[in-house]
Amino acid sequence: MKDSHGMTPIVKTVTRVSVWLILLYGCYIILHGHLTPGGGFAGGVVIALAFLNVMLAYGKSFTAEWLNIRLLKDIEAASITLFLVLGLLGIAFGNAFLANFLGKGEMFSLFSSGTIPLFNIIIGIKVALSLFLVVWVLADIDSAKGGDL
Amino acid sequence: MILPYFVLLPLLAAFLIALLAGKKDDWAIALSFMATLSILALSVFGFITMREQTFTYAMSGWNIPIGICLVQDALSLFMLFMISLIALTSLCFSVQYIRHLAQDWKYYALFMLLLTGMNGVVVTGDLFNLYVFMEIALIAAFALVAYGCRAEEYEASFKYAIMGGFSSSVILIAIALTYSSTSTLTLAGIAQALPGLDQRLVMWIAALFLVGFGLKAAAIPFHTWLPDAHSSAPAPISSMLSGVLIKALGIYVLIRLFYNVFNAPPLFMNLLLIIGSVSIMLGVFLAIGQWDLKRLLAYHSISQIGYILLGLGLATPLGILGAVFHLFNHAIFKSLLFYGAGAVEMVLGTRNLKKMGKLAHLLPITAGTNMVASLSISGIPPFNGFFSKLILIIAAIQAGHPVYAFWAILGSLLTLASFMKVQRYGFYGEVEHQKPNIMPGKLIHAAMLILAVICLLSSLFIVPGIREHTLDPVVDVINNKIHYIELVYGRAL
Repeated sequence: MKDSHGMTPIVKTVTRVSVWLILLYGCYIILHGHLTPGGGFAGGVVIALAFLNVMLAYGKSFTAEWLNIRLLKDIEAASITLFLVLGLLGIAFGNAFLANFLGKGEMFSLFSSGTIPLFNIIIGIKVALSLFLVVWVLADIDSAKGGDL
Repeated sequence: MILPYFVLLPLLAAFLIALLAGKKDDWAIALSFMATLSILALSVFGFITMREQTFTYAMSGWNIPIGICLVQDALSLFMLFMISLIALTSLCFSVQYIRHLAQDWKYYALFMLLLTGMNGVVVTGDLFNLYVFMEIALIAAFALVAYGCRAEEYEASFKYAIMGGFSSSVILIAIALTYSSTSTLTLAGIAQALPGLDQRLVMWIAALFLVGFGLKAAAIPFHTWLPDAHSSAPAPISSMLSGVLIKALGIYVLIRLFYNVFNAPPLFMNLLLIIGSVSIMLGVFLAIGQWDLKRLLAYHSISQIGYILLGLGLATPLGILGAVFHLFNHAIFKSLLFYGAGAVEMVLGTRNLKKMGKLAHLLPITAGTNMVASLSISGIPPFNGFFSKLILIIAAIQAGHPVYAFWAILGSLLTLASFMKVQRYGFYGEVEHQKPNIMPGKLIHAAMLILAVICLLSSLFIVPGIREHTLDPVVDVINNKIHYIELVYGRAL
């Protein structure tokens, strides 16, 4: 991808509206992971697609201003570290790695099923940022020169 | 319970490195050393105190057959000790070697993921979990092979990725067949269900596993990826790949599946004998003509893997003892040989034996430790390689296979010939060299000296009195075959 200024105004206008809907849908899938089909991975992919949508429509330089890529890289590493820490808390307060140590709550309510929603949220962040950053890094490589990661 | 920490500590280190390391590699080095040292200490502690018992650990508190279990017995602790020992020396070697290439924390994060994958394969008691950990280790290995960012390294990495992807697909098909016919993925559960199945189906599943994990172990018909991948990787990674990766992903899984799950079917034991002896001979013939030092060592890995498969194929307690002992010894001396090749490459910038020449006075410690490792791999007493090969040869004759014993002896002689070539041209040749700009530092020397001492000390594993506490518990686990089922289910609460 060359450093273009994105696509036509039609695409940009549609993206401006749709990207928030896609993000909302991704958050919905993640937050209802323990109640409905889907979960952290599926919702994370949807969120990554929202970011990629902006990158395709507006070009890389705009996206780099809109999002703080360095911060995203740090959040990505922090999210998976948090996953492991939550798993270790399972050893500390439960009986095994990744064990549930919170109350199970009422069935079919949003705040229920112990640690599963927390893990879903963390996996959602991790998958969203990983997928987005993989495409971001690949788009950086100039095939003629070879790229430095 | 120490079992989950073998996976957790390197995994945590990998992500903390990504989080904390800025531009420099100081944090990365400190964190990876901490993680590796702790799993080495844990595995030594585990082997000393718990080698006679089998424990299972239910992940998330869900017991088998619902959840995933980790299994700890003498075999897995032995493998964990071997992996963490080589990983520690490899990290010692890496510090100067990788700074010489580029100062980068990503190497250490990938290294920790490689360690996570191998430890995970060794501790897990669940077939699909094993597959996932295998992929973690492999993907980290693909990236590390291409770490030097030169064309030939990308080519080797790509070839490795293709062959790895192919073997993983074969394994995945075998896992799918197993799951559809036994309705369980716990290894002990599969072992329990297999005798009740159509035996033709069981043989097909076993054949697919043999091809898949044979590719990972690089036995002869499946070896084509190994010489490129192992010779192109940075030296400490070559030693990890040749020393432990092909064993953790290949040999260890073959042992677990074919002994503890499939109950050592005679057909496949014979196949292992044939594959083993063909690997011994062809590997060494391919090695002897090489002038690229690391490529020569890579072909020798194929040949030495052949010895291990030969011992396993004999399926007698003595053969298994020889195979387990050679597994450990090969990890030690092959890593040491790769460190030597890496040190020479760092100093002279060449891997070509013809361009090396008089190095004995220039790099005395490298030349000395390389000599120790060469003597070990060629099977010269009193180094460890002699004893393990001797046991294998005696075991082959006792089991009534004198032909295989002959191949093993001939392979050993040819190994000696090819390492005489390494010494003659590589370290005691005619080409004179000026004082080089860069010399191996203290950590590199420490890594090489530790392994050289272990080359001598591990001969003691075979001495009666020590053997009962080191190798025999491991042999018992393998030789008891599907007694594994009772051990795993007996300890599960």
